[in-house]
Amino acid sequence: MDILAHLLPAGIAAHASVLLVVIPLILAPIAALMPSGRIAWAISLLAAILVALLALVLLGEVSQDGVVSYHLGGWAPPLGIEYRVDALNIPILLLVGFVGLLCTIYALPSVADEIEPGKQPMFYSAFLVCFTGLLGVTITGDAFNVFVFLEITSLSTYTLVAMGGGKDRRALTASYNYLILGTIGATFFVIGVGFLYMATGTLNMVDIARVLAENGHTRVTEAAFAFIVVGLGLKAAMFPLHVWLPNAYAFAPNFVTAFLASTATKVAFYILIRFLFSIFHPDVSFVAASFTWIFAVLGTVGMIVASAQAIFQTDPRRLLAYSSVAQVGYMMLGLGMGTKAGLSAGLLHLMNHAMMKGALFMALGAFALKFGVRSISSLNGLGRTMPVAASAFTIAGLSLVGVPLTVGFTSKWYLILAALDRDWWWAVAALIGSSLLALVYVGRMLMAIWMEAPPAHHGKAVAKTRAPWAVVMPMSILALANVYFFFNADPLVHLANAAAEAVMGGR
Amino acid sequence: MNPHLILRVVSKLLIPIIVLFGFYVQFHGDFGPGGGFQAGVIVAVGVILYALIFGMEEARRAVPPAVVRYGMAAGVLLFAGVGVATLLMNGVGEPVNFLDYDALHTDQGHHTGQHYGILLIELGVLFTVASVMLAIFYAFAGRIPDLPDEDW
Amino acid sequence: MLDILLERFNYIPIILLMMTGLYVVFATGNLVKRLVGLSLFQTSVFLLYITMAKVFGGQPPIIAEAHGEDHAVAAAGHGAAAAEAVLYSNPLPHVLILTAIVVGVATLAVGLALVVRIREAYGSIEDDALNTADYSRDTGAAG
Repeated sequence: MDILAHLLPAGIAAHASVLLVVIPLILAPIAALMPSGRIAWAISLLAAILVALLALVLLGEVSQDGVVSYHLGGWAPPLGIEYRVDALNIPILLLVGFVGLLCTIYALPSVADEIEPGKQPMFYSAFLVCFTGLLGVTITGDAFNVFVFLEITSLSTYTLVAMGGGKDRRALTASYNYLILGTIGATFFVIGVGFLYMATGTLNMVDIARVLAENGHTRVTEAAFAFIVVGLGLKAAMFPLHVWLPNAYAFAPNFVTAFLASTATKVAFYILIRFLFSIFHPDVSFVAASFTWIFAVLGTVGMIVASAQAIFQTDPRRLLAYSSVAQVGYMMLGLGMGTKAGLSAGLLHLMNHAMMKGALFMALGAFALKFGVRSISSLNGLGRTMPVAASAFTIAGLSLVGVPLTVGFTSKWYLILAALDRDWWWAVAALIGSSLLALVYVGRMLMAIWMEAPPAHHGKAVAKTRAPWAVVMPMSILALANVYFFFNADPLVHLANAAAEAVMGGR
Repeated sequence: MNPHLILRVVSKLLIPIIVLFGFYVQFHGDFGPGGGFQAGVIVAVGVILYALIFGMEEARRAVPPAVVRYGMAAGVLLFAGVGVATLLMNGVGEPVNFLDYDALHTDQGHHTGQHYGILLIELGVLFTVASVMLAIFYAFAGRIPDLPDEDW
Repeated sequence: MLDILLERFNYIPIILLMMTGLYVVFATGNLVKRLVGLSLFQTSVFLLYITMAKVFGGQPPIIAEAHGEDHAVAAAGHGAAAAEAVLYSNPLPHVLILTAIVVGVATLAVGLALVVRIREAYGSIEDDALNTADYSRDTGAAG
């Protein structure tokens, strides 16, 4: 771990926290001015590689020092804005960085196929702005800065989702509905931050926690808590605030769905944890009550209802989008347990789900590139015609169900263990029940892929074809990661445990 | 007589004053209410008024869409560039953090670096905001053809 | 009750605007009107922050510096000014609200651009017409 901290010269490594956000931000307008999509893609790739490198350096520094704090503008907190990396947000930074890198590699043929050439530079620029926003939300230590970066992410996401309108005009209404709901959520969040500022007089997260611990809670801070939970719950697609997600993921370009499904809701979940544990302490009565009565209950209901809704979908991307809502339910259940084991299991599932859904959406994108995917029947027989993509889809699909030998089993196992620790038998039943439901909808798609007749052209089966290497490579890496991290689960489990330890402090 | 004569004469007198007021607000951001965003909107309003009175074609000749595109990028790069410059320059005599304007100038007693830094970033904000407002206007107004004068 | 209302009178327009904006968002079927409601809702948040910044009896938060005088006089002026404490209104929420206003403008711009594209693709900006167009033939065929 220590060699990671020395990957870059000390002069640059000292500023790694801010360079992580500034590099995609600077490259975004440069990409917008480029004449062709390929050059803009190359700039995005450069940004993704540098961000992944800086995330590794930060991992090394956090392992050594525990907390990396960077004062923007030289102004010391609580007066200045602070970028703060500790054990909780370093896994998220690594996730966003590496998934961003893999998705950017994937983007080259996918975007060339789905977005018209004149718009591609702007598209990559919007992607880089979204990337900046996600990294900024994760790394900042100032409550209002979270709102700024959250809106940067959201606005570019609305644009990215609407770009799918070239192929399917329903992307436009999906993006519009997402805009309305997302803006309401962000505004609720900023109302909550306003109430917190009114009550504490500071915006720095560590300082707010200190003032709240000293002065106790009033009705203002309870109202702030309510607004913040609703606002962030909407961004994280917590049931019942998830209605924007199925359409937005179903009709966006494939690259956008693969990227967002792996990062956007995860970052919102992280900032929810940060507010719940680091700012509002879980010992406070209304916070502890919210764990049991809001997060655990809504998580469980979301698990079952969203999985059931997924079974009835005909469009595979919409099906996987409902499945994402169900997986967020798992994470909320892990959060709602209020114990270190539960939180660690939730964070482990967060990382694993990113790998699963990333691979699934990338595989669907590979199918769409070659054959076009409209409904589950479009997947018929693709197991024989596109074996590599179909295998990746199968591995990731089995991981989604939680079959042993895949990483999905690991995170469900830890969730069940944490639920048993708490004597929550109903949670265990819900976890197993929703896994069975997942088996139904994943099984439908797998049956279509492997057991139906392959696509035929004038009665003759189409020859075996493979998606371009830029699609196959990241898809295979993510799919194989599902299996690899089952056998070598220690790094992820260690990261999740360290994160839970950092915020709960040995309780 | 041209039906829009009064509008055209008055706006020709007013538009320079609007832009001048925009710059006044811009430079006052250092001492009082004002700054890049407000000034950018005011400057953009000057051009939009010109487009409304004289037509989109004239406005596009005065401020071409390419200038607008480059203005958007230039503003962001200027702001971020000042930040990167503070990482590279050394007015304080030791390495400082991102956007620590004291690094921009060696005179630390009067905090000249702070003044320079704020002026430059507000300039960047002015470019970006004015260009973005104009770009939005061009994008929306450019979709529907201008009403010819007879249809008024 | 009455004295609470009189003391906190700034919250009355805030709450009125907030609720009006939210009601417009979900009660209207027209996409542009929905965006107007959203803007109303965001405006109430601006009011919340700015009225929070007001300190009764406070000066506007602008420091009057002595420019163009030589250093000795300026230093003496600064020293004298520092000796008497001046009560300023809080400038931080003003800056926060500038940011939030910019975010609101950008959101409105993106929303209106989407409405223009929806109008071109569907021919209508009424919710009912859009829902029928999207869901009456759910075969996934592109429009």
